[in-house]
Amino acid sequence: MTQPNFTSSRILLPARSWFIALTLILALLANMLPTAYWPGIPDWVALVLCFWCIREPRRVGMGWAFVLGLAMDVADGAVLGQHCFAYVLLAYAAASLSRRILWFPLVQQALQVLPLLIGAQAVQMLMRMVAGGDFPGWGYLIGPLIAALLWIPGTFLLLLPQYQPVERDANRPL
Amino acid sequence: MAGIDHAPPPFFKRGPAPLALLTFYVLISLAIFVVDHRFRSLDLVRQSVALVVDPVQRVAQTPGSIVDYALVYLRGIEAMREESERLKQAQLVTAPNLQRLEHLEVENERLRRLLAVKDRENASGQVAQIMYTARDPFSRRIIVDKGQQAGIIAGQPAIDEAGVVGQVTRVFPFSAEVTLVTDKDQAVPVQVVRNGQRSVVFGLGNGQLELRYMPANADVKVGDLLVTSGLDGIFLPGFPVGRVTSIERDTAFAFARIYALPLASVENFGEVMILSPREELPPPPPEPQQKKPGAGKKKAGVR
Repeated sequence: MTQPNFTSSRILLPARSWFIALTLILALLANMLPTAYWPGIPDWVALVLCFWCIREPRRVGMGWAFVLGLAMDVADGAVLGQHCFAYVLLAYAAASLSRRILWFPLVQQALQVLPLLIGAQAVQMLMRMVAGGDFPGWGYLIGPLIAALLWIPGTFLLLLPQYQPVERDANRPL
Repeated sequence: MAGIDHAPPPFFKRGPAPLALLTFYVLISLAIFVVDHRFRSLDLVRQSVALVVDPVQRVAQTPGSIVDYALVYLRGIEAMREESERLKQAQLVTAPNLQRLEHLEVENERLRRLLAVKDRENASGQVAQIMYTARDPFSRRIIVDKGQQAGIIAGQPAIDEAGVVGQVTRVFPFSAEVTLVTDKDQAVPVQVVRNGQRSVVFGLGNGQLELRYMPANADVKVGDLLVTSGLDGIFLPGFPVGRVTSIERDTAFAFARIYALPLASVENFGEVMILSPREELPPPPPEPQQKKPGAGKKKAGVR
């Protein structure tokens, strides 16, 4: 269900299911890279999940969010249910706001996505603080800021396969 | 909008309403959060999910290890030779003590037998490579590359060449999770080497340790070495844990605030030694004994 915004002049191809699954799994892989310990590295799964929940709310929803959250919990060694809860809330909020968000230009979309991503991160922090964890420092909340900045290049990258023309031209690279 | 959509919306079979789905998933998440945190009874679920996630995680670690390997390779033979030279020097420095150690151990054993004291347990274990730090920013844990297949069980202590690193808290088929001594939930019973005073050291979560339940006038000085007391039945006595860095004595509080830094390079990568579990301690006497500061507050092995 590709929704055009008011500036778009072309109709995009439908998103392929395997591509959606592939990007979500790649995001999971990116979250497990050693770079994940650096401060300010965004939560890739949250970003890609949020993107597809806004773009394709009927195909990616809370079920995907729950499964990815479980995988992240085990991979992180966090308390089970921490990422599940945050991602499910994120998916719900993204899906219910998707009709509104897609009508804005990209920069304003990023501004609307920012509170969602910060919320997902803050929910996890609250859960763990209530359960007696350490305070991870304010650097923990820098990740969503950078993730919101990446919304603009991320949109182009993730929509790239849908920009292909229906008739393939052998002389055209993309 | 509807004209642009590629597939018509399914009017009749839409599945449960979003709000119902949300309630369902949120309740499940909260339930497993509470059960996992309070009762720790979901380890089977965790292990089965880990079987799927573990290969992905190993793939994700590959670029990092390749870079590490390349750096070691590029550092060249000259650096290796220097390191070897330095290690030889270090060995020479410790040689006199090491050569006498065997003699001392035999002598110690003989004296203990004369006094009819129980023999000291010998430390043994297996070396494990640290794979990565757990990404969870709320706790201090590392993952090592030995697990159930290598016979690791939860509760085993881990040390490195300088001192105690932590304790195995979760075991997966091919890896195990070690909670560092600096974790907020980790406690190690220790004693001060200088006067044998017992206490418990807790992690603070910021790389420091705190010695708790010591009276404000306790005989502890900056620079004191803390070693495991062995009263917990988990750690063998005598492994260095930390060195006292600062003491705040405030008579308004019953206890002094004593901070220490861990001796083991707990926040660095490398290898750790996972010690075999200790022999069972004799059961405590049945009558209610008076609480000692260190003995009463021991931490169970499995968290």
